[in-house]
Amino acid sequence: MTDWFHKQRYLIDFSLAALGRRKVRNLGLLAAYSLLVFVLASVMLFTQGLRQEAKRVLAESPEVILQRLVAGRQDLIPPGYLEQIGRIRGVQKMEARLWGYYYDPVVKANYTFMVPGERQIPSGQLVVGPALARERGLVAGNLISFRSYSGRLFTFQVAEVLPQASELMSADLVLLGAEDFRAFFDFPAGHYTDITLSVANPNEVRNVAAKLAAALPDSRPILREEVQRTYASLFDWREGMVLTVLAGALLAFAILAWDKASGLSAEERREIGILKAIGWETGDVLRMKFWEGVLISLSAFLIGYLAAWVHVFHLDGALFRPVLQGWAVLYPHFRLTPQVDGLQLATLFFFTVFPYTAAVLVPIWRAAITDPDAVMRT
Amino acid sequence: MLFQPAIIALLLAAGLGVAALGGAAPFAWQILRRWNLASGSEGQLTMERRTYLFSSLVALVLGVQLAALLLFVFNADRMSEMFVGAMCAVGTLQVNAWGFPALVAQIAVFFAASQWLLINHLDNQARDYPLVRLKYALLLLLVPLLALSFGLQLAYFKGLRADVITSCCGSLFSGESRGISGEMAGADPRLAMGLYFGSLGLAVAALGSYVLRPAPGRGNGLLAGLASGLVFPAALTGIISFLSLYIYEHPHHHCPFCILKPEYGYRGYALYLPLFLGCAAGLGVGVLQLFRRRPSLAALVPPLAQRLAWVALLALVLFLGLSAGMVWQSNLILLEH
Repeated sequence: MTDWFHKQRYLIDFSLAALGRRKVRNLGLLAAYSLLVFVLASVMLFTQGLRQEAKRVLAESPEVILQRLVAGRQDLIPPGYLEQIGRIRGVQKMEARLWGYYYDPVVKANYTFMVPGERQIPSGQLVVGPALARERGLVAGNLISFRSYSGRLFTFQVAEVLPQASELMSADLVLLGAEDFRAFFDFPAGHYTDITLSVANPNEVRNVAAKLAAALPDSRPILREEVQRTYASLFDWREGMVLTVLAGALLAFAILAWDKASGLSAEERREIGILKAIGWETGDVLRMKFWEGVLISLSAFLIGYLAAWVHVFHLDGALFRPVLQGWAVLYPHFRLTPQVDGLQLATLFFFTVFPYTAAVLVPIWRAAITDPDAVMRT
Repeated sequence: MLFQPAIIALLLAAGLGVAALGGAAPFAWQILRRWNLASGSEGQLTMERRTYLFSSLVALVLGVQLAALLLFVFNADRMSEMFVGAMCAVGTLQVNAWGFPALVAQIAVFFAASQWLLINHLDNQARDYPLVRLKYALLLLLVPLLALSFGLQLAYFKGLRADVITSCCGSLFSGESRGISGEMAGADPRLAMGLYFGSLGLAVAALGSYVLRPAPGRGNGLLAGLASGLVFPAALTGIISFLSLYIYEHPHHHCPFCILKPEYGYRGYALYLPLFLGCAAGLGVGVLQLFRRRPSLAALVPPLAQRLAWVALLALVLFLGLSAGMVWQSNLILLEH
């Protein structure tokens, strides 16, 4: 066994020296290889981060959101609706919510106006999200005016700007009191936007939804797990799309690797000839070339993956952000949480190392079967 | 079809594998018909040279297939959050009729590939290519198997639709369900434990005696191979019928896939990796005995078989120790004294 290890060690030593003798060619290959790994790994790390972030955000959202539909469009919840639902076993809390969208022509963006359930905001005051505060240059204590949809001008004082840490959820958020909300939107008394229900046991969520749909045929229950699933498949799909587009790059790289491996220089050919003349076998030459491939693959994988890591988690994935994350005027600034995922690493390995190895196999074999006398005679 | 990186990678690996083996098939046929080591003709020389290429190619493809099994299961487990009703890999595999056949085919490819790689390794050591015909005849059998596995995976992944409501492991692995999974889950725990520890004990004893004897016989090696082969179904039955209960500490949760989840500390990987490794290596000890009498292999087989027997022994002892430890640590009392 130790013999085997020693043999492999000498082969690796020899391969390293051989790689060093053709620095320019191998560095070029290494650069192209690392670039490929970098691009693929960036896409994967970025979508993984987005998926995690979506999961984290949605973990706090209510299990069921109930909307009322009129002619297939969402409509306000009329008075008495909550009572109609009555008590459903398994539901811990039911809450009617007030929220709506407001288009601000100044920054050409939509804000979400919302009445928070857990805190009271005094009349005439607002709490605003960080992206909105940035766009409008607001700090606590400033006054801001909005023209409502009825044409009246409302002036509010900014009581607080929400912390940066919550930006992913609160970028475009405006929190205000219930009275202000109803006055600003001319919201009919006793009506609400939708209803949220918290269900303690996750296995009960579907039953609760079925009961809701039976009790209120004009309602649409939206489940948190469905939203989560939709986000997960959306990000998967985007990732898959980008990877498919990059398949062209993969193919190009495989061709490059093939070409590099088959374009043996005369010197290299002579080297293999001499090795065989002094007793190396075809299998040994193959093994040496195999170690060369492993060294290049692993270095490229490491360099590419580390570069992608820096790109995604320290430079905010600048190259792929527009394609992968979606678009909005008030897009939140957020940092993705670094995470290494085994499945992702394995997939990336399948995507890069396997095609490379397959592409260089034939050229390597051609080199390895060279007859020593044929080479030395030329 | 779901457009997912891991799915694309699996299909890429299987598709390239089928293409490579398909490309090697005409050469294999040529070898079966024309191989003659005594001849010094140009055709023979070319064939000898080409065996290097095709051996490496097939070794690469099959090596990748060994890893693909892990990726397949890992991915199935991960995708369970996309399907209504799925809670682990079982739900994902049950989304359509091709999921479990694809898994079984992948497992079959795993064992077939591991034995082929072993025979290839042995053949490469010898001077006179004694197993070359056998190797390429087996390769011709492997092509349809790999193609079948690829076809099943393609059908399975193409049929993955996120709006299908699937069923979770609770309904597949319960004593009431019909079919082989129900039989395994419903097996009497005492019987299953007897079978489990009995077969593992037999395999460990056979491998142990093979390793410890100065000159183990052919029969001993064959027994070790056979016993290691038997361990696989017995261990799977044992995991479904009682070991999973101890891990979940729940008297009715029989799923062999939920143990792969982080909630249970990825204990499934700690169990399955040594199990697959041990069974494949142990089977290899048996397979090697078949070639012991060939003159050029007589000196090569014993040390190789000895090494493999060590690997199998250590892996199975590890598996046995881990599973016994999990039963020991558990708070569940399944059998009352």
